[in-house]
Amino acid sequence: MATLLYLLSLFLFRNAAGVAAATLWLFFLVRLSKVPFRYMVRGLRAIVMILALTAAFHLFLTPGETLVVIGKLTVTKEGAQNAFFLSIRLIYLILGSSVLTLTTTPNQLADGMEKALRPLQKLHVPVHEISMMMSIALRFIPILIEEMDKIRKAQLARGADFESGNLWKRVKAMVPLLIPLFVSAFRRANDLALAMEARCYRGGAGRTKMRPLRYRKADHAAYLVTAAYFAAAILLR
Amino acid sequence: MSIILNKVYYSYEEKTAFEAQALKNVSLTIEDGEFVGIIGHTGSGKSTLAQLLNGLLCATSGGVYYNGRDIYESDYDKKELRGKVGLVFQYPEHQLFGTTVFEDVCYGPQNLGYSQKETQLRAFGALRSVGLPETCWYHSPFALSGGQKRLAAIAGVLAMGPEVLVLDEPAAGLDPKGRDEIFGLIGKIKEESNRTVILISHSMEDVADHVGRIVVMDHGSVLLDGAPGEVFLRYKELERAGLAAPEAVYLMRDLRERGFLVNEKATTLAEAKASILEAFS
Repeated sequence: MATLLYLLSLFLFRNAAGVAAATLWLFFLVRLSKVPFRYMVRGLRAIVMILALTAAFHLFLTPGETLVVIGKLTVTKEGAQNAFFLSIRLIYLILGSSVLTLTTTPNQLADGMEKALRPLQKLHVPVHEISMMMSIALRFIPILIEEMDKIRKAQLARGADFESGNLWKRVKAMVPLLIPLFVSAFRRANDLALAMEARCYRGGAGRTKMRPLRYRKADHAAYLVTAAYFAAAILLR
Repeated sequence: MSIILNKVYYSYEEKTAFEAQALKNVSLTIEDGEFVGIIGHTGSGKSTLAQLLNGLLCATSGGVYYNGRDIYESDYDKKELRGKVGLVFQYPEHQLFGTTVFEDVCYGPQNLGYSQKETQLRAFGALRSVGLPETCWYHSPFALSGGQKRLAAIAGVLAMGPEVLVLDEPAAGLDPKGRDEIFGLIGKIKEESNRTVILISHSMEDVADHVGRIVVMDHGSVLLDGAPGEVFLRYKELERAGLAAPEAVYLMRDLRERGFLVNEKATTLAEAKASILEAFS
């Protein structure tokens, strides 16, 4: 929740004060999470290309007051500003969400979501089912990646070629990957459903948890602090 | 026509916190026409070894040579290599995708660039040699039974006409009857074509009956290498590696300890039976 608010707040700031507030808050969160800073920065590597591209586009293509002219490209004041804010936003987006993913297990995440959405249950929203689905989906991502790798290797061993040819050829080369992957995903889903049924799973009502999520003082305080930060972000924009 | 591995090292996820050394200084020569069993406990590096043989994985250091050529040379055609060294993965039925079994088997030779006629001829040949009944050639591979799916997948690799056939745990997850069928089939393929066959397994019993040479892997290195009789005589080392010699070996040892003149080198049930009958007659 806090992450979501933080991500929202990133889109609010338009000036230096906002940036400073977001930076301070992020720094505070990172220190609090005790995750080594190096790990977080490593996550940024994946978006370096996107970052550079968007920054460049904004830098050169925003109309406005001219600052510097490099050949045919013109850097405008607005462009530089936009590029700067956008890059900061993107970096903080990734860092902010990695604080969440690096500190919280998928199960905690699903539990937290179930709790936060509980009020919606009054409106007949199947909250437990949604959070169950989410935790299963999260659990299955690494399994399917592993499966994909196995299938890819098996098809490579049969002379498959995923790297050459035009776009159409490459798309067609994916068929022998995707069909077995889907088949195995369905097989796993079936097995899981059967296993759940064998243990008499029947949904949310009256279900207890092995490790119930209980809010302590610190958690309530966290809600308050987050709300305060969000309010500050709105004010500072 | 041989495969040579020279001082091969392999690590997964190199240079990260998750680095795990799978192979350590493995040197191995496999001659043409050999029937080799590679045995090891889970995590001993045997599957990694299999994927090095056809260039799916690239050794961290060391060299792999096929027919005298270094497969890591930049102009070496990896696709051709994979056609020549056919690798059947564990649970190969998970790779099936064609609308019909026949179409699926055609996939390999098609990728290698054979003409349509040649591809179909090869597919027919492969399906026939694994003994899949003709009635199911044009069914969806997903409609077959587990054992039949596996046969179809093996046919898919055989259709490429490999000179070397590498099978990773071909009998995993099959019932005893299915196991016997698969090993019978592999023996038959070996006899008919005299290809090099490399069988990877964690079970001594499976391998002992068929192969002419056993390579025992332990923690990423080669522990023992030799004929089954010789390897099984060193059962103490095998046990230390988390493996066991076939039951027949222990029986023969016990009999000898009690003063019966049986052949210690008997490793298969049939050999043991013959030797016992001889000693008692």
